[in-house]
Amino acid sequence: MMASSYNAKDEDGHITVTGPGGGAVLRSKKPENTAFKQQRLPAWQPILTAGTVLPAFFIIGLLFIPIGIGLFVTSNNIKEFEIDYTGADTSSPCFNCSQNFSWNSTSPCTCTVPFYLEQPYESNVYVYYGLSNFYQNHRRYVKSRDDSQLNGNLKSLREPSKECEPYAYHNNKPIAPCGAIANSMFNDTLELFYNDPNGTSVKILLGTTGIAWWTDKHVKFGNPGGVDSNLSAVFQGAGGCWSLALSNAYKRDSTRSSSSDRLSVSGTTKPLNWRRPVYELDSDQSNNGFVNEDFIVWMRTAALPTFRKLYRIIGKSSQMVPTLPRGNYTLEVVYNYPVRSFEGRKRMILSTISWMGGKNPFLGIAYITVGSVCFFLGVVLLVIHHKCGNRNNGAEISN
Amino acid sequence: VEQRDLTRFFLSSCICMGEEIWLDSRTVYIGHKEPPPGAEAYIPQRYPDNRIVSSKYTSWNFIPKNLFEQFRRIANFYFLAIFLVQLIIDTPTSPVTSGLPLFFVITVTAIKQGYEDWLRHKADCSINECPVDVVQQGKVVRTQSHKLRVGDIVMVREDETFPCDLILLSSSRHDGTCYVTTASLDGESSHKTYYAVQDTVAFRTEREVDSLHATIECEQPQPDLYKFVGRINIYKDREEPLARPLGAENLLLRGATLKNTQHIYAVAVYTGMETKMALNYQSKSQKRSAVEKTSGQRHVVSSFNLRLKDTVLTASVKNHLLSNSTSLVCLPFLLQVIRAFTDFLAFMVLFNYIIPVSMYVTVEMQKFLGSYFITWDEEMFDEELGEGALVNTSDLNEELGQVEYVFTDKTGTLTENNMEFIECCVDGNVYIPHAICNGQILTCHCICKMKVCLCRQEHEDLFFRALCLCHTVQVKEEETVDGIKRGIHQGRPTSFYISSSPDEVALVEGMKRLGYTYLRLKDNYMEILNKDDEIERFELLHVLNFDSVRRRMSVIVRSSSGECLLFCKGADSSIFPRVVSGKVEQVKARVEQNAVEGLRTLCVAYRRLSESEYKEARRHLNEAQLALQDREQRLAQAYDTIEKDFVLLGATAVEDRLQEKAADTIESLHKAGMKVWVLTGDKMETAAATCYASKLFRRSTQILELTKKRTEEQSLHDVLFELSRTVLRQRSISGYEIIHCLDFGLIIDGATLSAILKSKQEGAGPGNYREIFLEIGRNCSAVLCCRMAPLQKAQIVKLIKASKEHPITLAIGDGANDVSMILEAHVGIGIMGKEGRQAARNSDYAIPKFKHLKKMLLVHGHYYYIRIAELVQYFFYKNVCFIFPQFLYQFFCGFSQQPLYDTAYLTLYNISFTSLPILLYSLVEQHITTERLKRDPSLYKSNSLLRWPVFIYWTCLGVFDAVVFFFGAYFLFDNTTFTSNGQMFGNWTFGTLVFTVLVFTVTLKLALDTHHWTWINHFVIWGSLLFYVIFSLLWGGIIWPFLNYQRMYYVFMQMLSSGPAWLSIILLITVSLLPDVIKKVLCRAVCPTATERAQVPSLHQFQLSCYQVGGLFSSFDSCFAKIVNQLLLSHFKSRAFWQKVESTPMLADISYFYCRKPNE
Repeated sequence: MMASSYNAKDEDGHITVTGPGGGAVLRSKKPENTAFKQQRLPAWQPILTAGTVLPAFFIIGLLFIPIGIGLFVTSNNIKEFEIDYTGADTSSPCFNCSQNFSWNSTSPCTCTVPFYLEQPYESNVYVYYGLSNFYQNHRRYVKSRDDSQLNGNLKSLREPSKECEPYAYHNNKPIAPCGAIANSMFNDTLELFYNDPNGTSVKILLGTTGIAWWTDKHVKFGNPGGVDSNLSAVFQGAGGCWSLALSNAYKRDSTRSSSSDRLSVSGTTKPLNWRRPVYELDSDQSNNGFVNEDFIVWMRTAALPTFRKLYRIIGKSSQMVPTLPRGNYTLEVVYNYPVRSFEGRKRMILSTISWMGGKNPFLGIAYITVGSVCFFLGVVLLVIHHKCGNRNNGAEISN
Repeated sequence: VEQRDLTRFFLSSCICMGEEIWLDSRTVYIGHKEPPPGAEAYIPQRYPDNRIVSSKYTSWNFIPKNLFEQFRRIANFYFLAIFLVQLIIDTPTSPVTSGLPLFFVITVTAIKQGYEDWLRHKADCSINECPVDVVQQGKVVRTQSHKLRVGDIVMVREDETFPCDLILLSSSRHDGTCYVTTASLDGESSHKTYYAVQDTVAFRTEREVDSLHATIECEQPQPDLYKFVGRINIYKDREEPLARPLGAENLLLRGATLKNTQHIYAVAVYTGMETKMALNYQSKSQKRSAVEKTSGQRHVVSSFNLRLKDTVLTASVKNHLLSNSTSLVCLPFLLQVIRAFTDFLAFMVLFNYIIPVSMYVTVEMQKFLGSYFITWDEEMFDEELGEGALVNTSDLNEELGQVEYVFTDKTGTLTENNMEFIECCVDGNVYIPHAICNGQILTCHCICKMKVCLCRQEHEDLFFRALCLCHTVQVKEEETVDGIKRGIHQGRPTSFYISSSPDEVALVEGMKRLGYTYLRLKDNYMEILNKDDEIERFELLHVLNFDSVRRRMSVIVRSSSGECLLFCKGADSSIFPRVVSGKVEQVKARVEQNAVEGLRTLCVAYRRLSESEYKEARRHLNEAQLALQDREQRLAQAYDTIEKDFVLLGATAVEDRLQEKAADTIESLHKAGMKVWVLTGDKMETAAATCYASKLFRRSTQILELTKKRTEEQSLHDVLFELSRTVLRQRSISGYEIIHCLDFGLIIDGATLSAILKSKQEGAGPGNYREIFLEIGRNCSAVLCCRMAPLQKAQIVKLIKASKEHPITLAIGDGANDVSMILEAHVGIGIMGKEGRQAARNSDYAIPKFKHLKKMLLVHGHYYYIRIAELVQYFFYKNVCFIFPQFLYQFFCGFSQQPLYDTAYLTLYNISFTSLPILLYSLVEQHITTERLKRDPSLYKSNSLLRWPVFIYWTCLGVFDAVVFFFGAYFLFDNTTFTSNGQMFGNWTFGTLVFTVLVFTVTLKLALDTHHWTWINHFVIWGSLLFYVIFSLLWGGIIWPFLNYQRMYYVFMQMLSSGPAWLSIILLITVSLLPDVIKKVLCRAVCPTATERAQVPSLHQFQLSCYQVGGLFSSFDSCFAKIVNQLLLSHFKSRAFWQKVESTPMLADISYFYCRKPNE
C-alpha cells in the first residue's frame, strides 16, 4: 500500500546508481536480446484461407469416398443371422422355460429353436450371445470385481476386496470369484445342430477357445497356485500345502483383526447364482477356473446395455465346405439365465467376420458421406475463393 | 484508523454528556508540557504512534485470514465443496483427483501472498525505523520514526523528508520561513514557502525551543492536503495565552522534503496513519481482471448448466428405478430423498471436470510467465535510466488489451518536467539563445524580421531587464548534487535558481544565456550582471504577486538612475488589453505561433512611473495590504489600478519539453480508440499548452471549458446544460455524416469537479450533474482536468469506472500524487520518473517512459488479451468436449454415474494431455506481427473475444464435437464386433476410443487456431499427442501392482490392433474439425475482420522484408543491395503487382526507396 511511498532516501540511492560506477549494474539489468525473450522466434504463420484449404478438402473427398465404398461393400458381404430365444411370446419354444424359471430348480430346462439359413456361411463362423437391457455398464456393477483375485493372488482369494460387496462373502466364506459381475455370469448352454436334408441332424462342433483376448487369458487372469496346481484343492482350501501357504500369506498381513474369525474358515465358496463352482467350469484344465474363456469374456463388461459377447467359434472344417451350408438348423438351449425380471432379451447370433470385423454398414456410409460433403465444400469454396479472393485483395490495397 | 474511531467515540460520548463543544478537534501539548493551571481544560486524547502499517497479515493471523480470503473466491470454494462431497459420499472418482490440485493451488497462492506480505512488512519496518531527530530536555535526541508521538518537537535538516505532519515553529532562516518541495505529494516539484508563527520564530536553538510553552488546537485529521485549521496558544509568564491562527501555510506534510533551509523545528500534530499523506492513500484492494470476472460469470453459467444436467439425471434415475423395480416404491420416502440427493452429488462430482482446477492454475501460470515478456522487452528498456519495464501484478496482463480510458498525469508523465527557455521576441525580433557549446555561451542569434527601428535598442535593454527583475526567483549559493543541471557554471560562484514556478527559473536562466545574469537580492536591491559585465542594482519596491485570476505579476523597481519602473509579465490575454503602445501586432503573431507549437508564452510589458504616480500606487497598495476585511479583493483592485497603460516589450516562449514521442503515443492511443484524459494539479493554461503540444487537442478541436471562472459567471447548472447541448447537437449532426469533422476537448478544474460530485449528495438541481458531466466527457475525444487534488484524480477514475458501460480504465503517472488514481484504475501504470518511485511501486506495471505505453498496450496488451481469451475459451471448449460424452453416456448406463473414461484419463486429461499446448499457445501466440500491431493501432479496437456470441460459438462447437465423439463411437460399437478375430470390446475400450478421438481433436483444434508456429509450438503440440499415445501404451502395457483394478490392461493396444478403430478415429477427428475449419474459411472469405485482414501476408509484409533488406545494406554499396533485392523480389516481378504498388502513393514511395523496381 503506502509503505513504499515514504522512504525517499533509499529512493535517491536508487537513482544515483546511474553514475559512472553503475555500468555493471546497467548491463545486468538490460534484458537479453534473444529471439525468445523478444518474442521474435522464427515462425511459420499459416492462414486458413479458401485457397489453402481447397486442396485439403478435395484430397479428403477423394480419399474418403473410395474407403467408404470399400467398407460398405465389405460390410454388405458379411453374413449375419440373429435369433431371439428369450421366450417372451407364448409361441416361442422357450416360453415355458422362461416362465417356469426358478433359482433352485435342479433339473435344467431345455428348449430347441429351429431356424433356416438362407445363405451358406463361408470361412470361420462366430457364435455370439446377445443380451438386451442388461446394464453391464452400471457403475456399481462395473466396479464389483477384484482383479487381484482374478489374477490368482492368494491373499485376495481369501480376502476379496470390499468393492465386491455384497458379493464378497457367503456364510463367512470368501466367494471366488467375488463380485456382482461374476455372480451374474451368463450360463445358458447353446448347441447347434444342422438338419441334413436327408433327415439326420449333425451336431456342429463349437470351439471354446480363442474367444477371449489372449492377454486376458494369459496375463490378466490366472488361477491361484499356478498352472499345474489342483484347482479344486486350492479353491476348497483342502490341499495341505496350499492352505499352509495361504495361512502363511495371511499371517504376514494379519494385523487386520476384523477378519481373524475368518482364519478358521478354510476354502472359498461359489458365487450365489452359480450352479457349479469355478473349478468345475470346464474339464480342460487350461480352460478352467479363472482362466475359463467364457468367464473371461463375461468379465469384460460391455459398453452399452444392448451387447453381444462371443460365445463359440465354428472352425472352418474340411468336410463341410462351406462351414455352415444353406439349410435348416436347430438351436438347443439349456435355459438357465433369467432375463424376464428386467425385461431383457437373449439372442443367438451367427456371423462371419472380415478384416474390418462384423457387419457394420455405419462406418462405410459415414465415410462416403463425409467424403462427399468435403468434396462438395471444396467446390463451394472454389467458387467463393474465386469471387471473394479478388475483392479482398482490392480492399487490402485501398487501405 | 480504528484508534481514531475509538477516539471519536470517546469524544462523542463526552459530548453527549455536554462537557465539550470542540466536536472535531484535538489539542496538542507542545513538548508534552501541560498548560499552566487556569488554562482551559482539554480532554486528553490518545493518538496513534507514527507507525505505518501497509501489511495485510501478521504471523498469527496469516493462515486463517489467508485461507478465508482464498476461499472467498467462488472457484476455490466450489472446488472445496466438490472435494468434501467426494470425501463424504460414494462417488465415481476418488477424492484425490480433486483434492490434490486444490491443495496445490491453495498452497502456492498462500506462499506467494505470504512472501508479498513479508516484503511489505520489511518495507514498513525500514520506514518505521528510519532515524528522526527529536528535541527532548533541550537536546536533540536521535530516535526512530515510529516512536514519534503527537506533541514531539522534531528537528528536520535540509533534504530530509518530514516524518509526520508538523507545525513549523522556527527555521534557520531569519524570517521563520522554509522551503519545501511537495513533489512526492502533489507532483509539483517547485519549492513552496511555509511560515512559522511570528511568536515562535525567535526560538532558534534546541534549548530555546524546548522552553516554549504552548498548545495547539486543530481539527481532526482529514485528507485534504491544502486545508488546515488550527490555532496555537502560547503561554508566557503570568500572561493571558497568546492565540494565533494556524493555516495550511504552517503545516508541513509528511512526505514533503525540506529544501534550501538548513534546519527547522516543528511539532508533530498528526502521526502515522493519520497523516494527510496516509489518508490520501486508499487501501490497495485486490484488483481482479475483467477476464477473470467474465470467466467467473462463465463459471456460474456452467455450474448452472451442470446443476441442470445433474437434476435432469437425478430425476431420470428416480424414474428409472421406480419403473424398473417395484421394491423401491416401498422404500420410505425419506430414504428416497436421501438417495436422490447423493445421486445428485455424485453427478456433480462426475461433471465437475467441466471447470477444472487446472484452468485456474494454467491461467495463473500464463499470467505469471507471460509477464516476463514485458520485463524482457528490450524496446521498453531505457538506457538513460538503466531500467526496463517492471511488472508488479501479473493478474492484469490482459486488461492492457482492453483499455478504453487512459488517465494520465501531466508533469513528469507527458512532459519531462524540465522547463527550457526557447526564445524571446522583442518587438517582433526573435532571439534564440543557443545551447551551451564547448563551455562557451554563444551570443544570441538574432533574426531580424523588421528593419531596425530606433527604439529597438532601448526596448531590448528594458526587455531583458524586465525579465531579470520581474520574478520571485531566489538564488541558492552552494552547489548540491542535484543542482548540477541548474548550476551556474561560468566563472561565478556556483549557485542556482529556485522558485515556486519552474517557468521563472527557465526565464531567468534564459536571460543568463542571453547575457543578463540575475545575481541576487540583497537588502532589497536586485543585482544584475549585464552584457558588459557590469553590475546594475535596482531597488525592489513592490512585488505584485501572481495570481491565477489576473494571470500576471509585476514588480516596481527603482533603477540606479532613480527612475521608477513597473515591469509586468503575464499571459497574453491579460497583458494585451492593458497595452497602450508597442508593436502589438508583431508580438501577437509570434505569441500565437508559439502557442500553437505548444510553448508556454508570456508577454512582457513595462510602465514608467513618475514619482507622483508611484506614490499613488504605493498608497493604494499599502491601504489594501493593511485592510482587515476583504483584503484580497482590495488588493486586486489596487493591482488593477496600477497595472495599466503598459508599453509592450515582447514575449517569451518556454517549453516544458514533452517526453520523447509523447505526441506520437497519444495519437496512437487515440487511433486505438482510447479516450485520453489528462489529470493534473497544474494550472489550466500550462496544462492546455501541453495538451496542444502532445496533440491531445488539435487545432480543430473545439474546447469546452468547465472551469471555476465560467461557473462563477453562470451557474454550474447552466454551463453544464449548455455544454451537453453543444456536444449532443454535434453528435446528432455527425450521425448523418460518416466522418467526425469536429471533435471536442473538455477542460475542467478541480473546484468545478467537486461541485459536480457534490451535487448528487445534496440532491439539489433538476438533473444529475454527474450524468451530464459523464455524457459530455464521453463525447469528448480528450479531456483535461486541471487543479486536481490527488484524491480527486481517483474520484474521476472512479466516476468513469462506475459509468454504465463499465469501461476498463488505465491510469498512468509518476508522482505520489498519482498513486490514488493508479490504485483506483483497473490498470495502474507507474513511470519511473524524477519524482521518486512511489507511483512505480504502487502501480501494477512500471515503465521508464511514457512512450513505452504504446508498446505496452498495443502489442503486449493486445497479445495478452488474445492469448488469455483463447486460453479461457479453449478451456471451456475442451472440457465441454470432455464432459459432454460422459453426460450422454449416463443415458446408456442407467444413470449410474459410471465414468466413461478411466480414472487416469480423467485425472490427466487437463493436467498433462491437453495442458501444455494451450499454455504454450497462450505464451507465444502472435496472431498478428508486432510490427503490424504497432503500425496499425486501430487493430486494438477489435478486441472483443470474450463476448457472449463467441463464447456460445465455442460451447456449441464443444457440444457438437462431443456428440460426434460419443455417437460416432456408439454407432460403431453398436452390436457389432470390431476385430478380425471376432472378439468383443468392453466399456473401457469404448471410453478409450472416445478419449483418443477427444485428445486428438482438441489438440488439433488448437493447432488450427495457432497462427504463429515456432518450434516450441511444434514440439508441444506433437509432443503432447505422442505423450498421450506413449502413456496409454504404458498404462495398459503392464499389470500395475499398486492398483486394485486392471481395467485398462491391454485395452489401448487391442483397440489399435483393429482396423475399424483406426478408420473411425480418423473419421471422427475429421468430422469434428470440419465445422471449425469451414467457419474460419467462410468468415475470412465473406466478411473478414480487421484482424483477419491484417494477417494476410500482403504488401505490408513484403514491404517489411524490403525494408529490412534495404536497411541492412544501406551502408554498403547500393549495388550489392540491388542484387539482393533482385534475388528476393524475383517472384514479385509481375507487372500487375507493381501497378498495385504504384496505385497507392504512400506505399510506392517506400517501395521505390528500398526496392528497386525489377526492370530498373
